[in-house]
Amino acid sequence: MSVLIFVENWDGKFKKLSFELVSYGAKLAEMLNTEAVALSIGNVINSELEKLGNFGAKKIISAVNNSINVFDSEVYTSIIAGFAKQEDAKVVVLSHNNTGKAIAPRLSVQLKAGLGSGVSKLPQRIDPFMVYKKVFSGNAFSNLTINTGIKILTLAQNSFELVETPNNSIINEISIDWNPSSVKTTVTEVQKQSGKILLTDADIVVSGGRGMKSSENWGPIVELADLLGAATACSRPVSDEGWRPHEEHTGQTGKIIAPNLYFAIGISGATQHLAGVSSSKFIVAINTDKDAPIFSAAQYGIIGDASKVLPKLVEAVKVVKGI
Amino acid sequence: MKILVCISNVPDTTTKVKFVDDKKKLDTAGIQWIINPWDELSLTRALELKDDTTNGVQSVTVAHVGLIGAEPTIRKALAIGADDAIRINADPSDAYFVAFQLAQVIKSEPYDIILCGIESSDFNGSAVGGMLAEFLGYPSVSSVSGVGIVDGKIIINREIDGGKEIVSVPMPVVAIVQKGIAKEPRIAAMRGIMMARTKPLRVIEPFEVESLTTVINFEMPTPRAACKFIDAENPRQLIELLQNEAKII
Repeated sequence: MSVLIFVENWDGKFKKLSFELVSYGAKLAEMLNTEAVALSIGNVINSELEKLGNFGAKKIISAVNNSINVFDSEVYTSIIAGFAKQEDAKVVVLSHNNTGKAIAPRLSVQLKAGLGSGVSKLPQRIDPFMVYKKVFSGNAFSNLTINTGIKILTLAQNSFELVETPNNSIINEISIDWNPSSVKTTVTEVQKQSGKILLTDADIVVSGGRGMKSSENWGPIVELADLLGAATACSRPVSDEGWRPHEEHTGQTGKIIAPNLYFAIGISGATQHLAGVSSSKFIVAINTDKDAPIFSAAQYGIIGDASKVLPKLVEAVKVVKGI
Repeated sequence: MKILVCISNVPDTTTKVKFVDDKKKLDTAGIQWIINPWDELSLTRALELKDDTTNGVQSVTVAHVGLIGAEPTIRKALAIGADDAIRINADPSDAYFVAFQLAQVIKSEPYDIILCGIESSDFNGSAVGGMLAEFLGYPSVSSVSGVGIVDGKIIINREIDGGKEIVSVPMPVVAIVQKGIAKEPRIAAMRGIMMARTKPLRVIEPFEVESLTTVINFEMPTPRAACKFIDAENPRQLIELLQNEAKII
């Protein structure tokens, strides 16, 4: 028996979300009285793989095949399903990110295993297996039972604390056979920005809305983000107007994020916007309208014009940072 | 080439949801129902592809799993421009059940491109598209922010962390769609609304399959503590609170 955790790598490296997943899987394995097995696919060096042991993985499977150099959801599903059977997995855990969302539903059908997606806590109960998940885009939660022998869970990002444990893991490198002709996805071009903090990974996000009035006023937002090591974001009207790129749009139909700290500047806080940011641990709102709904979601608020408040805020951060 | 768009019928996204029956059921009183936002964008893009006759798209069909109450939403999809619609007459119990129903229909009448929204705004499952592809044994591409047809082949933009990829896959394919695929949803014109009344809407009885999950009940989010206001003249105080009280910077 085991809890199998699929741990994605980015150019051979893991990141915080990988360790969150392993921490979650290890705690879940404890609840089920079994062991956590981490599965990595692709070339990752041993010193990186070992890090997964620090968060409770007892066994780390490194599945290697040089012909798989593209993300194909069918191929990944088959590999993970194969290891789930081999390791007699009772639960398979993936991240609720682009990759996890692409694989988990296919895996659910292949293993005939019920799927609990975007869970943010350990199961409420084991028998019946009941998970707690967001519904109605964060306006409510549901208690969902998964009624199959094998269960699949995707874990919402930044919803589980890292739990470090003494490392007594073993690494199994397994070379997997794969017929390259079964890989149906061909990637013809990759467009990637480098050096920017990813919105979905960022601990702090500084976001501007229509109250910023024009794209020319974004300077202090970018400056504040740089000072705090934060990512920048925006509300839907801002990306619709083309003031900022649509990749920055956070909200129901844009990116759904859960940073530790979210600055909503000149954002009124429509339901659709809150759906994308309500899982943030702390929200700071700056808005001229004291009745704006964003203030009911925020812990800290400043009533005032962003163009006047922001420069002072930037100065205050500089003083604190000793710049 | 034939395109199928799978649509879900969801409460308007501004709805303040309430639950009844010991918090086991959604209180549907006064709810305005809409096409799930991601499905609506998928439909818009499908119609754009059909409008450009060089793409060779013969038809755009919409499919929905739900009871008769969803028909106004299906008619809206027809009014926007879909050619015909299929409703599988069942109360959707979970994503596995819904995907199985859709797969049975597609097996008997194949499509080249199947578009599904990446999630529905009610249950946020992010599941039906991938499950459907697996039931059919079709390739699937998720996090799709663009779909085009070049020389009869499908070209897909796929969002990845920090950027995007341009991807090609053989058809038939399930494309699981997120934001970016179409700029704004298409709005039904009066002529479309008139025509929608006579467009074919076939009702198919459901296929036997179990659900793998059950919603036991709903909970409302824990209300946040009241907002602490800071003087606009003194943002320094905010930074101090973030450092000493929240301990996050």
